[in-house]
Amino acid sequence: MIELQNVSKSFTLHNQGGAVIPVMEGASLGVAPGECIGLTGASGAGKSTLMRVIYGNYLAASGRVMVGGVDVAKAAPRDILALRRETLGYVSQFLRVVPRVPTLDVVAEPLLAVGVAPDAARDRAATLLAGLNIPERLWQLSPTTFSGGEQQRVNIARGFAHSYPAMLLDEPTASLDAQNRATVLRLIEEAKARGAAIIGIFHDEAAREQVCDRCVDVSAFTPKVAA
Amino acid sequence: MTPLLQVKNLAKMYGARIGCTDVSFDLYPGEVMGIVGESGSGKSTLLNSMAGHLTPDRGEVIFDTRADGPVDTVTMSEPARRMLGRTDWAFVHQHARDGLRMSVSAGGNIGERLMAVGDRNYGNIRARAADWLGRVEIAESRIDDRPSAFSGGMQQRLQIARNLVTGPRLVFMDEPTGGLDVSVQARLLDLLRNLVREMGLSAIIVTHDLAVVRLLADRLMVMKDGRVVETGLTDQVLDDPQHAYTQLLVSSVLQV
Repeated sequence: MIELQNVSKSFTLHNQGGAVIPVMEGASLGVAPGECIGLTGASGAGKSTLMRVIYGNYLAASGRVMVGGVDVAKAAPRDILALRRETLGYVSQFLRVVPRVPTLDVVAEPLLAVGVAPDAARDRAATLLAGLNIPERLWQLSPTTFSGGEQQRVNIARGFAHSYPAMLLDEPTASLDAQNRATVLRLIEEAKARGAAIIGIFHDEAAREQVCDRCVDVSAFTPKVAA
Repeated sequence: MTPLLQVKNLAKMYGARIGCTDVSFDLYPGEVMGIVGESGSGKSTLLNSMAGHLTPDRGEVIFDTRADGPVDTVTMSEPARRMLGRTDWAFVHQHARDGLRMSVSAGGNIGERLMAVGDRNYGNIRARAADWLGRVEIAESRIDDRPSAFSGGMQQRLQIARNLVTGPRLVFMDEPTGGLDVSVQARLLDLLRNLVREMGLSAIIVTHDLAVVRLLADRLMVMKDGRVVETGLTDQVLDDPQHAYTQLLVSSVLQV
């Protein structure tokens, strides 16, 4: 479902004398439907960078990034947008929303985007929010005013609203209490059971053990600096 | 799928100076494209050249018309282009007073566009005007007030209603949230996003506000000195800018 072949990524800083910073080189990995892979490596090793390259948020310098038959490294913007709408979900560490939009609509939006009827979309959103212990009295408020933990749970609810065949999860269990953590792990297991290919970053080792089928250490993709 | 709009090598000169040049892109149905760049970068010139407000010196602006399929609007007859401007195209000006008739009631402003496309039934026109006032969150009781009695944010929403009432397929917007305070701006962004989704609109939005394009636009085009220096997915261009100028632009945004 997700397959990377020899992907590299570098940043060119034009305003700092054109410095080129290579951050990733020779990254190859594959994820089958129903499989969950954990990315490991020290902070700064490039776990999130790899995820952003797969999502098309960072432009790969070379290599192939195949997701559901689309090469994200080369696809036109509208093909990547269609891929993100239908196929590839991403739960980032930050919630970014239009101010003033109620939480319930924020969570329902990915479903509306794929043509689910508004009532059905809001029902699904309500189920997810309730499951993640966001009190119903907050659903009509914008999540911009919520606490960090609440925003993160809204972000997870939004990420799991549509049943994406491929998902990227950036620290989905960080800073959650035991009960919510269990709910998130259950959502991940349900997604695997319906055949989703998942790549996740988990600092929480127990969570990683529980849901990941194998791990990939991204330090292997860090360019070797010539001494 | 046929692109809704195909722009090919468009150029507009002001004497020897470049307004914009070598601009080419395709816009598909339902896509929202943002054009960013500092003042004087040619983004408004480009928008006005595409929308037929300025006559380009070179290039084609091919629109997929309902009746005849793709037609070059630059070489189209003036009446045909004006008809397009009243039906399938809409233009939202930065200053609402440029896009509204200030001496005509709010209802009249919306109704005028309907009459321009042949609607003659007064009751019908008034009902649709009232419906659109509701959609842009203006109280129906204000239907007979003139826009001069409206706040800036209300005028801007009225301008949007006037433009969208005929069900256009392509909307050109020039700094639609410029000059509005942030709470009004947020409301307008929400409104625009919902209208784009519900009506399947395509839109081209010129702005210098990167936060606005991040929320509204699927794709981004960055201009400098009349030329396109970078294009791509909005979040990719903003988070991983490739061109020196885009990097400068993105790193210059103040954090709140």
